[in-house]
Amino acid sequence: MSRLEELVATPGAVIVTAEMPLFDTGGFDAVQEHLDRLTPWVDAINATDNAAAHAHASNVAMAVAMARLGAEPIMQVVCRDKNRLALQSDIVGASMFGVENICCLTGDDVTAGDEPQARRVFDLDGPQLVRLAKTLAAGTYLSGRRLDPAPHLFVGAVENPGAPPFAYRAERTLKKVQAGARFFQLQICFHPDRLAAFMAEVVRLGVAAQAAFLPTVCLVKGARALRFMHEHVPGIDVPPQTIRRVETAPDPREEAYQVVLDQARHALAQPGVRGIHITDFRHDDSVGRLVADLGLAGRQPPAGMTTDTTDTTDTTGSPAGRGGPGGPDEEWHAHGSAFAV
Amino acid sequence: MKVLPLIEHAVKGPVWDCRMCGQCVLHSTGMTCPMTCPKTLRNGPCGGVREDGHCEVEPEMPCVWLKAYERNRDLPLIPRAWREEFNHLRPPVDNQLRGDSSWVNLVTGRDRQTPAGWASGGGNADGAGAGAARDAR
Repeated sequence: MSRLEELVATPGAVIVTAEMPLFDTGGFDAVQEHLDRLTPWVDAINATDNAAAHAHASNVAMAVAMARLGAEPIMQVVCRDKNRLALQSDIVGASMFGVENICCLTGDDVTAGDEPQARRVFDLDGPQLVRLAKTLAAGTYLSGRRLDPAPHLFVGAVENPGAPPFAYRAERTLKKVQAGARFFQLQICFHPDRLAAFMAEVVRLGVAAQAAFLPTVCLVKGARALRFMHEHVPGIDVPPQTIRRVETAPDPREEAYQVVLDQARHALAQPGVRGIHITDFRHDDSVGRLVADLGLAGRQPPAGMTTDTTDTTDTTGSPAGRGGPGGPDEEWHAHGSAFAV
Repeated sequence: MKVLPLIEHAVKGPVWDCRMCGQCVLHSTGMTCPMTCPKTLRNGPCGGVREDGHCEVEPEMPCVWLKAYERNRDLPLIPRAWREEFNHLRPPVDNQLRGDSSWVNLVTGRDRQTPAGWASGGGNADGAGAGAARDAR
């Protein structure tokens, strides 16, 4: 049983997950640098799958690397790039290395990325992929051919509480739970009222009792990144007053952090919410600071993640394989989980 | 038999922009063809729906699934059983059926055949190949 699965099964346990920054080259050492920054604070880390339709080191390779380095991976799998055969072999192959947590997404369209000429696949959709992963865990391929022994998998999905049709989004999580999802990493939502309404409906439908809901917050450096998200990422709407709040503050970088802290506190206060998912484009000590400010630093230390926690002032967060700090649009592509549900 | 697909497309093409997937689910999707979604999603809207309700891929086009959701809720004359099917998990498209007449596949039951693993997967088999009320397309 994976660490994440144990936490989900533990009533009252608060779960913190984070996104591995986008990663191309640099080897295990570079992966380890990211893990050093994240593992003291979080329970599991997402290995993204060509986030925002940009090619990167593969989800399988990253999940395996994390498992080998003692971290707890959540392997994202998207439907955009591969057909059902390849999706099955990826999940089964990763399970060979102990990767159990699988997060199923439909995926951004190819037009969201830097190779819009590519053929989009979408042989399956998100809910079908959830069911496929459950099928593998039940001991057969989709065809019915047996997998013996069956891989142990803990399957989750994503949902966007902030995109139309708002009234339907909670029902859609019910469909995914029926397909086999046991955790949800929600898309970043800058409208607290939408998240609150979504979670109320999730609770009303009884879905929250069957799966752990983790809203996502996104640590950015300033107003530019917020504006970029608002203008260029379909499914994310950033209210003008939020952008203005950061822009007009004496210290915009600090204000951008405070916005996230407010969002995270609000999210954690919603009925049915079991924790938080963090995406970090600041690449400084903000993940640790956020976890501490939320009062979650003292929660039970994740097994196997006993790295010392004195590196909170670590500023080596500049990811290997990336040319310099990058503008908000480049930063943006580091994110994966929730860009496409 | 090759005449039937022609007739079917002549009827359903102009009305629903039918893509001849050969396994029609229009009745369960608010009479809105999910194959016209640029991602050909069969189970609801993706997370990229824009604030104005338009498509992530084609910003000029309203989201197919937003239309499907509203029509399933609002269209008169849709039987209750069909409306409830909206939330069923539709199985992956069988690409062998592309270009076939879905009318024939409906009558023979071919459109409800799913791979053995799908039928057994995960337990909750509701909706998938359950063959509930079907429309008379």
